[in-house]
Amino acid sequence: MIRRAVLLYGALFVLIVAVALFSGVPYTTRLLAEAAAYSLIALGLNIQWGYGGLFNFAVMGMMMVGGAAVTTVAHPINPEFWNSAGPMLLGRALLAFLLGALIVYGARKVDRIGITGKWRASVVVLAWIVAYIGYRTQIDPAAAYIEDKSGWVGGLGLPVVLGWVAGGVVAAIVAVIVGRISLGLRSDYLAIATIGISEIIRALIKNMDWLTRGTLTVSPIPWATPLPEAYQAQGVGQIPSLIFARLGFFALVALVLALGMIFVIRAYGGPWGRMMRAIRDNHIAAGSMGKDVKNRQVELFVLGSVFMGIGGAILVSFTQIFDPSSYQPINHTFLIWVMIIVGGAGNNWGALFGATFIYIVWLMSAPLSQMLFGTISDWSQHIGWGAIPDIQSRSLQMRVFVLGAVISIALRYAPRGLIPEVVHKDEDSSQA
Amino acid sequence: MDQFIFFFDKVIIAGSVLGSVYALGAIGVTLIFGILRFAHFAHGDMMTMGAFIAFVLAGIAASLGISAPVPTGFLVLPVAMAIAAAIAMGLDKAFYAPLRRRGARPVTLLIASIGVTLMLQGAIRLFFGVQTRSFFAHEPKSIERIDMSWIGAKRDIVFTQPQYLMIILTVVLVVALHLFLTRSRLGKAMRAMADNADLAQVSGINTALVVRITWIIAGALACAAGTMLALDVSLKPDLAFNIVLPIFAAAIVGGLGQAYGAIVGGYLIGFAETLAVFDWSVVLRPLQPYVPFEIPFGLSIVPTEYKLTVAFVILVIVLLQRPTGIFKGAST
Repeated sequence: MIRRAVLLYGALFVLIVAVALFSGVPYTTRLLAEAAAYSLIALGLNIQWGYGGLFNFAVMGMMMVGGAAVTTVAHPINPEFWNSAGPMLLGRALLAFLLGALIVYGARKVDRIGITGKWRASVVVLAWIVAYIGYRTQIDPAAAYIEDKSGWVGGLGLPVVLGWVAGGVVAAIVAVIVGRISLGLRSDYLAIATIGISEIIRALIKNMDWLTRGTLTVSPIPWATPLPEAYQAQGVGQIPSLIFARLGFFALVALVLALGMIFVIRAYGGPWGRMMRAIRDNHIAAGSMGKDVKNRQVELFVLGSVFMGIGGAILVSFTQIFDPSSYQPINHTFLIWVMIIVGGAGNNWGALFGATFIYIVWLMSAPLSQMLFGTISDWSQHIGWGAIPDIQSRSLQMRVFVLGAVISIALRYAPRGLIPEVVHKDEDSSQA
Repeated sequence: MDQFIFFFDKVIIAGSVLGSVYALGAIGVTLIFGILRFAHFAHGDMMTMGAFIAFVLAGIAASLGISAPVPTGFLVLPVAMAIAAAIAMGLDKAFYAPLRRRGARPVTLLIASIGVTLMLQGAIRLFFGVQTRSFFAHEPKSIERIDMSWIGAKRDIVFTQPQYLMIILTVVLVVALHLFLTRSRLGKAMRAMADNADLAQVSGINTALVVRITWIIAGALACAAGTMLALDVSLKPDLAFNIVLPIFAAAIVGGLGQAYGAIVGGYLIGFAETLAVFDWSVVLRPLQPYVPFEIPFGLSIVPTEYKLTVAFVILVIVLLQRPTGIFKGAST
């Protein structure tokens, strides 16, 4: 098994060199930096799906939350907002929100004073309605005022790395809420619930213009390492400056990835990892052995989401733009899932391999299919059928097809991934 | 009375149209779940694919000079449904049947259906590009008006011809499905298999045939739903990705595996969405003299841009409060 992994990583290295020869070194450095961020996210999903068997389709939501967090933390301060009445209005909205939360919390506890059953349910529903109306009466004018006067609330002007941490923290908070709500559902229900929650997160971030600027997008978000322009100011040529800057960014992300990798590998080998696998393989047995299945699963879900939040924050700060409408389930949630399935769920080295490999396939399938269909178009023009209309933009869509084909082939011929989880002999080896 | 007409136009008509689309989609999802026990994510793209098949056929029919009093999209629908059913069977043969034979878990089949989703999306966008198309580029979308002055209203009830045709079509399809499930031998076999697959097999039911019939029904209904949606709004490659989640919501609300539940769930989600974004201020305006405060403008329960999230919120609430749906659903 180790020989196979070494061989595959060797092949991956050759592939990266081939990409460098094919499309240039600056492009390859960009690919490496982004692939490292995707690897981090894939590790997060590997914790959830590989270790714990949690069917999380909210990867996109967590990445978006991380991206929004780094935008808010790292973008410069917007003085127009702080000098207007905006903060005061927002404070009142927050107050209304907390008050609403208190009302709902109180309503859930009315069984203490003897209101139970249907009556309690109607009190809770009424409390939700009151809280919602109260919140809407405060937030709507506040949002309209801020969008009118200062555009949006702006950032906090703090260092980017702090923004990455914030991405992880905010993702963790969201994950606690999502996890407590939806874990405990059967796997396919969980998948649908999380994909729904992810869409709700997307709709919120996309439409809360006062907080995230929505579809207007925020840029530029500062880099964690010196930008290419900084190198150019010192007299470095354009292409070397791109390479240096991106390699610097890559080094930082690789450091984060290495730390994450060491952490998850140690966790997997320890008693904690064994317990999680026990819960995954038979949660009823694990429960009867005294393990708190639900809370352990929430723990796992939060941990994985932290990785996704940090990864999402890194990606946003690398591209320097936060564009909520660029988030798509295909490009985010499903891409990460393909990485895990192809790499090997439950094996961290497999996740790392799958993430890098699939990201290369994802990026390279666009120019390759453009070349292929361009050739076909030229050929059909040659024999008198005429060129295929706007084939350049249409053939770009091939990469979605390639992704689907890869997942189908992997499920059919390597259902446990290219570098599968190593199951020790003394463990039960039941698997799908 | 005008307020009532406004309400009728914005909620009753829009809700029934949306509900019909959701119901037809949800029946397919729920039947596949009942028979094969997995959540078929590619259903939305089967709908889009069906709509594009109908679009191509409508183009062919128009170029042949075939015309009818109904929109061409409806005319070619039976043929499109047959083609879509055949493709659905092919997809099962190519991607799901091998996994089933290996005894894969439902979760694996779910992931496989995501692979199929991506392939269908890619193929549709490759062939048709990403731009928005309309079935009514070459023929008018006729609008019907019902004069309501006899009850003292100044406005007319307004709806388009495709809208009432699709409601009629949904009723026809649902009744046909009901007769099939309750009267025919095959339909009864299908219900038996949904109840208990092993028992059905040992009592001599041809389970392979039932699986094939399930895909035929699901594919044909998905094609009808997709075409109807495209006729009502417009035809886009990502038409159904946004709609697959409300459809799942409808199927789960109705109880997965319950064909009748799916219909109820579909209309429930459809009406919930239209009611949630309905601007109540218009209806409440006549009450102005009786209330001490001024009724503000734009009194919808949620802003319009959150319309799709309504379905998810309902879904999440139902999953938490009653995971088996309002009609007790199947579970694996």
